[in-house]
This record gives sequence, structure tokens and C-alpha cells, in this order.
Amino acid sequence: MNCSKCPTSTRAVIGLPRHNAAFCKACFTTFVHEQVARAIKAFKMFAPEDRILVAVSGGKDSLALWHILLALGYRADALYVNLGIGAYSEESHRKVRHYADTVAASHGAKLLVHVVEQEAGAGIRELATILHRPTCSTCGTIKRYQFNRAAVEQEYDVMATGHNLDDEAARLLGNVLHWQNDYLDKQSPTLPASVEGFAKKVKPLCRLSEREIAAYAVVNRIDYIVEECPMAKGSKMILYKEVLNRLETESPGTKQRFYWGFLDKQTTVAPATESMAEKDQRTLAPCTTCGQPTTAGTCSYCKMMAKAKTAAHPRA
Amino acid sequence: MLVQLSHPHRQVEIKGPKRTKELLRELNLVMEAHLVIRGDELVTEDEMLADADQIEIRPVISGGSG
Repeated sequence: MNCSKCPTSTRAVIGLPRHNAAFCKACFTTFVHEQVARAIKAFKMFAPEDRILVAVSGGKDSLALWHILLALGYRADALYVNLGIGAYSEESHRKVRHYADTVAASHGAKLLVHVVEQEAGAGIRELATILHRPTCSTCGTIKRYQFNRAAVEQEYDVMATGHNLDDEAARLLGNVLHWQNDYLDKQSPTLPASVEGFAKKVKPLCRLSEREIAAYAVVNRIDYIVEECPMAKGSKMILYKEVLNRLETESPGTKQRFYWGFLDKQTTVAPATESMAEKDQRTLAPCTTCGQPTTAGTCSYCKMMAKAKTAAHPRA
Repeated sequence: MLVQLSHPHRQVEIKGPKRTKELLRELNLVMEAHLVIRGDELVTEDEMLADADQIEIRPVISGGSG
């Protein structure tokens, strides 16, 4: 298979059935950069002068996102949240530090680190047990809170995550299967800073599949953690992705038609009631403990931390 | 050819020569969810793989609830 873009027909390293194309290394890297640039422009994610905080995990998506934004000339720092999942967290932290030292530093970009155990007194698995909550949901609450806090406190213009086309299509499938309308509203690749205390959040990889991003990381020698998070085994998201990949194999382009079609309808059909920002402004108020926006008096993160501290020191 | 697989990490010996897509089919794996790497270079689904090749089949799916 030869590159469909090169005039010299160089050997291709990846075939992309959904685009009816195949690319050599150089053309594939250009293709990925163009897809990200299109998403940034189409969804008004950020401007060249904006300061961006990338949420990195050591996995392919977040490290590739940091790499692409730096390659495109953006001012992008990163935050890594160490969840305290034994050897998995140690290895992912090492990969992030290695990338920050060997690549990001030469662009003037810096790495921020938050260690869950230092603030909560326990790692994510122990916290989930104490709180009687699923580990992935505990993890989600902590990461969302810490990334938002860092972005707001350190005055970044926007927070970027590595969610890709597969993530968004799988999430959409889950939300549609259960008709979770409130969550459907939040599936836009750009979420505005709707109220004081919320950072603007964007997903610049939303036009690229998980396989394309992994291929980009391999082609560009980005050393990421291949091992899956041990807590994610058997998750519904992985099941939805497997189902969608079966459909994609039979009918290339299914995932993008599903997710992009949804986004098109979201922008062309006028909202029946109020916009997401209006709803946030009506329902959110500062947390009585930390000040971050919440629908309850005390936010779910502060409630979690209070419970964890009570469990650790029951008589205090 | 020696084929390295993940989740769980293991190695299997597969008889070549064989095209990438045939190797994946034999292992009951979907191309959309995997990359095939020979040495340290990506290969496409129509690439012919030889007995002497060192192959890694790398899964690309990840994700918990968020």
C-alpha cells in the first residue's frame, strides 16, 4: 500500500478506510495536525496567544495532544494527577516526566503534578473503598476537580483533554442507550467557562480515532504507557468501543457519522429550553468549603475528602 | 514469526509468510482496535510479514468511565 498523497508514492504506514486513504509517516503526521487544527477552528477552542493546560495521564491520547499542540506552536503546559495505583501510577508518572524533560521543556512548556495521596491521605483504590463508590467514578470526580482547580487558580485560558472520536462516540452511545439528555448537552468538544470558577474545556482530538492517535504516537516516537489502567478492566466504555469497532470494520466511517452527525444536529436544532450556560448559571453556586461551582451546598469533591478524613481519623 | 501481544502480555509463534490482515484474523483481532508494528515501524494491513520478523500487535482501546 502506497501513500495516497505523496507524488513519489512512498510506502504507507497506515491505511484509513474511513477516508479512503493511506499515508506515509510524513503525510500522516501532517494529516493529524490538520485534523486538530480544523477542530480548534471549527469549535472555537482557543487562539494562538492563549495559555492552555493539557490534562496528561501518560497514555497515548494526552501525550499525543501535548505533542501536537506544541508542534503547532501553542503555549501548552500540562498537569498530571498521580492517582496512587501502585506500579501503574509509577510507570505512567515516569512516562509523563520523561516526555516533559526530553521534549516539552525544549518548547518552554512545564509539567505540573498533583499527588492524590498527599491531599487525600490515600490512593484512589483506598478512597473508593472508604467511600463505597466505584473506582472509575471516584477517579473522575478527583481528576475533574483538580484539573479545573489548577486551570482556574493558575489562570490558564483553557483546559484541554485527550478525548478522541472513539471516546466521544462510545460516550454518545452510552448516553443514547440510557437517554441521559443532560449528559448529551455536555458532549460538545468545547464547553464554555459558563460560571465563575469553571475553566473552559476543549477536546482537540475529537476528529481523530483512537487508532489514528496511537499510530501518531508510534510514528513520532512518543513513549506512552501501553498497559491499560487496571481499574478500567471490564468497563462499559470499553464494551461500547468494541461494539463500535465491529461496526466500523464492516462499515468504515460509522463512528464519525454517529458523533459528527450528533454535533451537526446540536448546532442546527435550536435548544428547546435554555442553553447549557444559562442552566449552569441558574443551578450552580460556589461550594461552601472550596468555592468551586456546585449544584449542592458542598461539592462532591469536598464531601469525598471529608468522608475520607473521618474514616482515617474516626475520633477526630 | 514471533508475535508479541498485550492484555495480558504474552508471545506466540505464528507461521509465515502472512499478510497483516490474515495474522489479525487468525488471532481473532479487529484491525480498528490494533496497530501492527514490525521492529519499530508501523505496517499496513496488506503488508507481507515473514517468518524472521519480530511483530508487536498493540491494542489501542483504553478507557474507564471518564
